Amino acid sequence: MAALEERFTLTAVPLGSGPDGPLGVEQSDKTDQFLVTDSGRTVILYKVSDQKPLGSWSVKQGQIITCPAVCNFQTGEYIVVHDNKVLRIWNNEDVNLDKVFKATLSTEVYRIHSIQGTEPLVLFKEGAVRGLEALLAEPQQKIETVISDEEVIKWTKFFMVFRHPVLIFITEKHGNYFAYVQKFNSRILSKYTLLLGQEEKSVTQSFSASVDRKFISLMSLSSDGCVYETLIPIHPSDPEKNQRVVRSLLLKSVVSGSARSGVALTILDHDHVAVLGPPLSASKECLSIWNTKFQTLQTSKELPQGTSGQLWYHGENLFMLHGKFLTVIPYKCEVSSLAGALGKLKHSQDPDIHAMTHFVNWETSQGYGLGSQNSEQSKRILRRRKIEVSVQPEVPPSTQLLAAVQKDSEKHIEVELRKFLAVKRTPDFHTIIGDVVIGLLGRYKAEPSFYPRNCLIQLIQTCVLSYSLCPGLMEFALEKTDVQILQLCLQQFPDIPESVTCACLKIFLSIGDDSLQETDINMESVSDYTATIQDAEIEEQTEILQNGFSPEEENCENCAQELIEKPPAATEESTSCPVTGKRAALLNAILHSAYSETFLLPHLKDIPAQHITIFLQYLYFLYLKCSENATMTLPGIHPPTLNQIMDWICLLLDANFTVVVMIPEAKRLLLSLYKFVKSQISICSELNKIEVSFRELQKLNQEKTNRELYSIEVLELF
Amino acid sequence: MGEFKVHRVRFFNYVPSGIRCVAYNNQSNRLAVSRTDGTVEIYNLSANYFQEKVGCEDGSVKLFQITPDKIQFERNFDRQKSRILSLSWHPAGTHIAAGSIDYISVFDVKSGSAIHKMLVDRQYMGVSKRKCIIWGVAFLSDGTVISVDSAGKVQFWDSATGTLVKNHLIANADVQSIAISDQEDSFVVGTAEGTVFHFQLVSVTSSSSEKQWVRTKPFQHHTHDVRAVAHSPIALISGGTDTHLVIRPLMEKVEVKNYDAALRKITFPHRRLVSCAKKKQLLLFQFAHHLELWRLGSTVATGKNGDTLPLSKNADHLLHLKTKGPENIICSCISPCGSWIAYSTASRFFLYRLNYEHDNINLQRVSKMPAFLRSALQILFSEDSTKLFVASNQGSVHVIRLLEGSFKHLHTFQPQSGTVESMCLLAVSPDGNWLAASGTSAGVHVYNVKQLKLHCTVPAYNFPVTALAIAPNTNNLVIAHSDQQVFEYSIPDKQYTQWSRTIQKQGFHHLWLQRDTPITHISFHPKRPMHILLHDAYMFCIIDKSLPLPNDKTLLYNPLPPTNESDIIRRRTAHAFKISKKYKPLLFMDLLDERTLVAVERPLDDIIAQLPPPIKKKKFGT
Repeated sequence: MAALEERFTLTAVPLGSGPDGPLGVEQSDKTDQFLVTDSGRTVILYKVSDQKPLGSWSVKQGQIITCPAVCNFQTGEYIVVHDNKVLRIWNNEDVNLDKVFKATLSTEVYRIHSIQGTEPLVLFKEGAVRGLEALLAEPQQKIETVISDEEVIKWTKFFMVFRHPVLIFITEKHGNYFAYVQKFNSRILSKYTLLLGQEEKSVTQSFSASVDRKFISLMSLSSDGCVYETLIPIHPSDPEKNQRVVRSLLLKSVVSGSARSGVALTILDHDHVAVLGPPLSASKECLSIWNTKFQTLQTSKELPQGTSGQLWYHGENLFMLHGKFLTVIPYKCEVSSLAGALGKLKHSQDPDIHAMTHFVNWETSQGYGLGSQNSEQSKRILRRRKIEVSVQPEVPPSTQLLAAVQKDSEKHIEVELRKFLAVKRTPDFHTIIGDVVIGLLGRYKAEPSFYPRNCLIQLIQTCVLSYSLCPGLMEFALEKTDVQILQLCLQQFPDIPESVTCACLKIFLSIGDDSLQETDINMESVSDYTATIQDAEIEEQTEILQNGFSPEEENCENCAQELIEKPPAATEESTSCPVTGKRAALLNAILHSAYSETFLLPHLKDIPAQHITIFLQYLYFLYLKCSENATMTLPGIHPPTLNQIMDWICLLLDANFTVVVMIPEAKRLLLSLYKFVKSQISICSELNKIEVSFRELQKLNQEKTNRELYSIEVLELF
Repeated sequence: MGEFKVHRVRFFNYVPSGIRCVAYNNQSNRLAVSRTDGTVEIYNLSANYFQEKVGCEDGSVKLFQITPDKIQFERNFDRQKSRILSLSWHPAGTHIAAGSIDYISVFDVKSGSAIHKMLVDRQYMGVSKRKCIIWGVAFLSDGTVISVDSAGKVQFWDSATGTLVKNHLIANADVQSIAISDQEDSFVVGTAEGTVFHFQLVSVTSSSSEKQWVRTKPFQHHTHDVRAVAHSPIALISGGTDTHLVIRPLMEKVEVKNYDAALRKITFPHRRLVSCAKKKQLLLFQFAHHLELWRLGSTVATGKNGDTLPLSKNADHLLHLKTKGPENIICSCISPCGSWIAYSTASRFFLYRLNYEHDNINLQRVSKMPAFLRSALQILFSEDSTKLFVASNQGSVHVIRLLEGSFKHLHTFQPQSGTVESMCLLAVSPDGNWLAASGTSAGVHVYNVKQLKLHCTVPAYNFPVTALAIAPNTNNLVIAHSDQQVFEYSIPDKQYTQWSRTIQKQGFHHLWLQRDTPITHISFHPKRPMHILLHDAYMFCIIDKSLPLPNDKTLLYNPLPPTNESDIIRRRTAHAFKISKKYKPLLFMDLLDERTLVAVERPLDDIIAQLPPPIKKKKFGT
């Protein structure tokens, strides 16, 4: 829900501005610091959280500031225009505006725009646009006229769309409105006529715009009190032609239709707009937050002392003039949804492995996250005597990393990744990691030679990933038979689908020993018990029971006798591990993974019989090892537990019993397993019996040590 | 401080009854505990968890069915086939959830019809058990019904649709009790294995508003069935067959980290069950349905500190006096001379005369008790055994003169006008002139027994009185409160004594204030007027008023024996509090004569040995 927090006044002294209010509030290169330009002669830099000014600069008596001061984010300098044509550039340490860099231009300036990631732009009153660099190289250059006579610029905004700057400005001529969209990558200027629709009479009073990938959404607040939306394409089909765009009603009667002045509109995010103005004709002015998706009023705040009808929104703060003071109202909005509003926000997991999860939206990340990267360094040398350290534009490392994933070499990605992991973890850390993995996999699909194995391993080891955060990763590793990544995934991910677990198991059982030898597998869960592979021994056993199903063996007692008669084989079997250490480590990872029996069983049936046998042999071996000590645990750092081993034995037998009883060596294994379990059960029942007798003994013992019911003792208190 | 011969008595075969039900009241911050023997105890959680009242009803558990005028169970509610074992109202009063055997019914109160019958799975660890008993249900305001059952499950049902929403298998044994917090954001369940589980409604992720019930904390403070649980705003309260009442504060709700934030385990009653006839060296033990009279043994030997002396005569069990009828004994007393025994149940008062002829005892009931002596909360004999003081539950104190085999009603001190508080503690001065009586919250009243009028009232204090006694000669009244404060009030001067003012000014030692059992008995040394003897369940203390008071830096209690002569002298004069923790749990301690103490202990192991065996947990082959 959107919420307005407690307002506070930024200035203790009233601004010297007239009824028109301040010229503008602009962001500076440091968060939380804002440049406020008075309509008179003063520019003040405020730190909002401290509610105090950090610096103040004035132009000389007789001069007047005509365009709000902005910050050049590439150099950290401030730019202001006074007397329409005089450009001043200064920075924090300057005291007197009269002594700083000055450039007199040939034409009158309407606005200077500056946003993160690109150089500032100067918009002239006749509609021409220049980059600051180009303008300063030749200040007196001739500026062309773009708009017609009597056409006046009413409003303007500057965006980054796919790393390319786009400027929009609205002009008015005889009650008609026109929108100009200037793209700088192609130098195309498109002109649109804004059609009002049925409401002929209304006068548009305030504009605001937001941008997505294809359209600029221009919102306007009309004098009839309604908010209209106009979609202006960024990439026009025919840029030369004058096109018409129609506005559509978005919100009805957000402010009183009769309000003459003091209404303003600002887009806050996708779904929210802030409207300043009186909600009813008689009422006092209000700041209201509207949800455009649900057409609902989210919150509002009364401003009884009146406003100047101006509203600025920068970095979670709404700025307005309330009475004579510049007031800040912090604004917070959590993403709202209908489900959230109704209190039921259930994340239903799509069982389809290839489906994207709710966490990741790579497309949006591209659209909104990558907008301001890779800015070209300003070529302009600082026009100052002191040497300045050029300020690096503040591009978050995550954005850099995501960009690197798309195009850079594997080495470079690794470097970026290390850089990213070194900084402090943000709350969205895990989603970024998920994005990076998906980005890497997406790139692998596009160019199969690209195989960023080290990066993936590093990413998995951040311990924040889960299967649902990067659905393609394990499929990718399965495809590559990369057992090391599979092992890591099994160890780290809490939510691997059973089908994938089973696919891993198949690979772990079928992969050749030679290829295992080369891989780097974490052997933590395997201690020295897996000494050597005993292929020969298994061979030998099959020979002994080559006929498999001899009638005598149907009787269990006979089998037991047979087992006893062949002690060397039995003991050997129990002391040596049937698989190599590395394979054992991989299988242990399977044993540790979470599963649900119902979903695992059907997949287990697909495993070939000889692999089932090997796995059973290994499990039986682990079980015997477990039973060797009193605590029923295996040595090592993170060994499989007895429960896990038993569960897997049961699972395998459940899934493949008919197959297993038909294979001679497996059948033999089954018999010994049966005997062993039987003996364990009898031991346990004996122990339980003994425990009772021991408890009685203990009780007797206690009674003996207990003193008499009555005694007379000597006590001395000190 | 002196050397004592201590009669260490462990033959008081007292076993507290199991807790059957607990109920917490938020407004008064009081807890009601009912036990299997029918007693009801009220604990004041604000007053250091002091047991304020003990009421004994007729000793049987009655099931009351309270129905609003409009609804009559028989007619309007659909009849159920089997017993209803648990019941919970929807907070709005529109629906009732009733737990039965194998199913839960949801009733609409208006129509009286069962709108849902939710069948509970009998399966228990894959094996079909005979029956699944719903031991407890809780109805939340959003319509969720939480049930606990004998198959070890905690289940969440949607009462609107009658469907199972969530299932938690938490125990291999019955889950027997459930209590939900007022905010409905947390609840507590108790299992037959003695485990208490805390469930909380927590957000699924840090940012989302979706919440779900999660089992957060298990506690194992009990050895036996947890039959009853309660949820106060800051603590989980549980009790069961093992007779302990456990109050476990939730640390996240505790605002001030004081001693209230510690776990409380209340095992023993906060009142005396033992009385002593000093001259005859007799002990009277009070049980729920009988009294036992024992004579202490003797020795002729002497020894040094810590020695156990050979007995020349062992203790004798003289008398086993059974009550008539099903009612529990509320209080009992033996006179100092040992020739009178009085006890009271909820509706009757009994007085007996004892005659000793060598080894034979002749017990004679004094008949024709006056009508006003129906039930007493406290009984006390004067030091010379000529007067009997009875605190009735209407707030009055009766004074009765005892003659050979008969009695005469002298006077009744009526309660102060406007107060209905009953007196539950009495103390009489050794010279027989003064009687102090105290209720739970108002001040202590001091009556002049000679003139039969109220002498003065000690100002009321925030915390209830736990023990009272009047010192010989000085007639100073010593009062112990549940917050561990001890006051000394001079009855003749009608003001607090200088020593009491000094210790209030300086404050008690922090370790003294942190003790969690109340002082239940105070006595005095006949030859050492500066000494006060008092005890709680875990320590016994002699306060020597002539010595300096300890401050928080001094060692209050030194468990080590002194090493040499100078250490003995240094310790003797160090500070006023001489503490011994040798005897515990201590139910009673008193001075028989100048050099002899009697201590009645009740080791926990002996109580456990008498409880039914707990659910056996397999150690092997699990």
